[in-house]
Amino acid sequence: MFTSHAQRTPATAGASRATGAARTDGAPGTGGPPAPAPPATRPAWERLKRRLTPYGFLSPTGVLLAILMLTPIVMVIWYSLLDGVITTRNSAFVGFANYTEVLTDPVFWTAARNTLVFTTVSVVAHFAIGLGFAMLLNTPLLSHRVKAFFRVIYVLPWLFTVAIIAVLWRLLLNPNGVVNYLLGTVGLTDGQTEWLANPSTALAAVTFINVWAGYPFFMISLLAGLQGIPRDLYEAARVDGATPFQQFRNVTVPQLRPIIISMALLDFIWTTQQFALIWMTTGGGPINATEMLSTFTYKLAFSRYEFSVASASAVVVLLASMVLAFFYVRHQKARD
Amino acid sequence: MATLTTTPTARPGAPALRTPPRRTGQKTLVLTALVIGALFAGLPVLWMLSSSFKANPEIFASPPRLLTEGFSFDAYTTILTDPVKLRFFGNSYLVAGSVTLLTLLVAVLAAYAFSRYEFPGKKVINVVIVSVQAVPPITLLIPYFGLMVALGLYNTYPGLILTYMVFTLPYAIIMMTGYFNTLPRELDEAVKVDGAGPLTALWRILVPISVPGLVSVGVYTFMIAWNEFLFALTLTRTEDMRTVPIGIQLLMGQHSYEWNEMMAMSILGCIPVLILFLFFQRYFIGGMTAGAVKV
Repeated sequence: MFTSHAQRTPATAGASRATGAARTDGAPGTGGPPAPAPPATRPAWERLKRRLTPYGFLSPTGVLLAILMLTPIVMVIWYSLLDGVITTRNSAFVGFANYTEVLTDPVFWTAARNTLVFTTVSVVAHFAIGLGFAMLLNTPLLSHRVKAFFRVIYVLPWLFTVAIIAVLWRLLLNPNGVVNYLLGTVGLTDGQTEWLANPSTALAAVTFINVWAGYPFFMISLLAGLQGIPRDLYEAARVDGATPFQQFRNVTVPQLRPIIISMALLDFIWTTQQFALIWMTTGGGPINATEMLSTFTYKLAFSRYEFSVASASAVVVLLASMVLAFFYVRHQKARD
Repeated sequence: MATLTTTPTARPGAPALRTPPRRTGQKTLVLTALVIGALFAGLPVLWMLSSSFKANPEIFASPPRLLTEGFSFDAYTTILTDPVKLRFFGNSYLVAGSVTLLTLLVAVLAAYAFSRYEFPGKKVINVVIVSVQAVPPITLLIPYFGLMVALGLYNTYPGLILTYMVFTLPYAIIMMTGYFNTLPRELDEAVKVDGAGPLTALWRILVPISVPGLVSVGVYTFMIAWNEFLFALTLTRTEDMRTVPIGIQLLMGQHSYEWNEMMAMSILGCIPVLILFLFFQRYFIGGMTAGAVKV
């Protein structure tokens, strides 16, 4: 390391001086060299070392992300262009044949439609329930202690792993379970519905479970956002004679908008990727009624061992997610 | 209740804005809504708890009862005396604990670079780290399977630990950078004036005063690793390598009628997360929202 520094010194000295100067100009008194000596008299390798320091701190992250992110993405794209990967030793290049196979599979489109319905309904409901609960918990009418108590209860669903949530709701939604008993007693249903095994109710049932499991994330973020809104804004609105609804629409919503958009995009990205909940409640059935892109891809790979076709499907999912990620990153940047 | 709640809210803009009856009415209304919300959030959990103490035949008794006469700890005893199931818990603690420590170590170093240095490529690297959160796990699953088999890490602890870091690291870096940004630069610059290197400044000054931030990142990381399902399912094969979420699924597959055991296992499976959350709530929520909202 040190010998190579010495060798490269003449070539890099000019470049390092340029960035060193730019840094001191850009952030006076903060990023500049702490030593009293002016930069020009310091040994060149010292400056080089300083330039390389941040990369040194980032190197473990860089190595990990290269192994765990870059390599797999290149691999899965390469897999998707071959035939018989993983299962055979000699896989042949087949171009886009795997993509054609995936995109002409009607089950793929059923899965895509289910994913869209599942995700959209979940995100909207997460937001509505999260905002409702956050506003209740933000009320000045109740003592701190009462609110803290309710906050813990409201966060509960979030503390369970999806595997637990799946088993719990299979118990609750069992034909002989407590949900059917309650709904049957009130007379809303016949009390014998097979929520997760009936093709016409299964998608609604898994969506409901996901709503129950996911609203706390919104709630906590929105609660933090609500607490950050200056009280004067409401005072001013009240002086102008605004009704509570007008205050909500003209003060609360605009103030929360950046959080709402961030949360909604993140939630949308994460919900499209939901796997465990579906896998442990319905497994994508009955008759593909709850098949999602994630379960569809998983089955292609690990039930039917068609790793090449599954890779093509995985790449399609990746592309769709990248579109969402683009909007998310752009939104985050716009806020800075 | 109905009479109390209807009258006071009738005229929101009325001049009698702060009269006591109106406030009491509002309070009742808010409390009612809070209780309904608590039933929605809490009843299923209460039912899980109650079912874990029931004898199996009572689980689907009609009418359902929250408290049973046959109250027993049998389901818990069965799980806690079964070495196979205890192994699930041991695996989960080992994997989640290792992921947490390693993630904190790597994330603190990266966050220091982001918080204290300007360097070419900073923005690009930042965007990459933010976008990593959006890469679908299912996309990575197939190449990971190939990669782990090739590296001999399939069905091993290092394989799982390494895998989980890709999900915990981006978030940890973003949260930790946000936390370091709140700490004045003068703190660590002062040490450097005395001739110490940046690593000393980080380790001696920033890390000790960042304990609340480290705790919130650590709790969040532990939760992600403890709850992970898809990769634990695919990258482990033998029963002695399975984690708690997979253990619950196995239990469901093997004897799908032992509902009390499944509920007991679920309760035991959420205890570490529940404890962490209750103890570190304040740090945790603050850190989480800071990370999620500001990035």
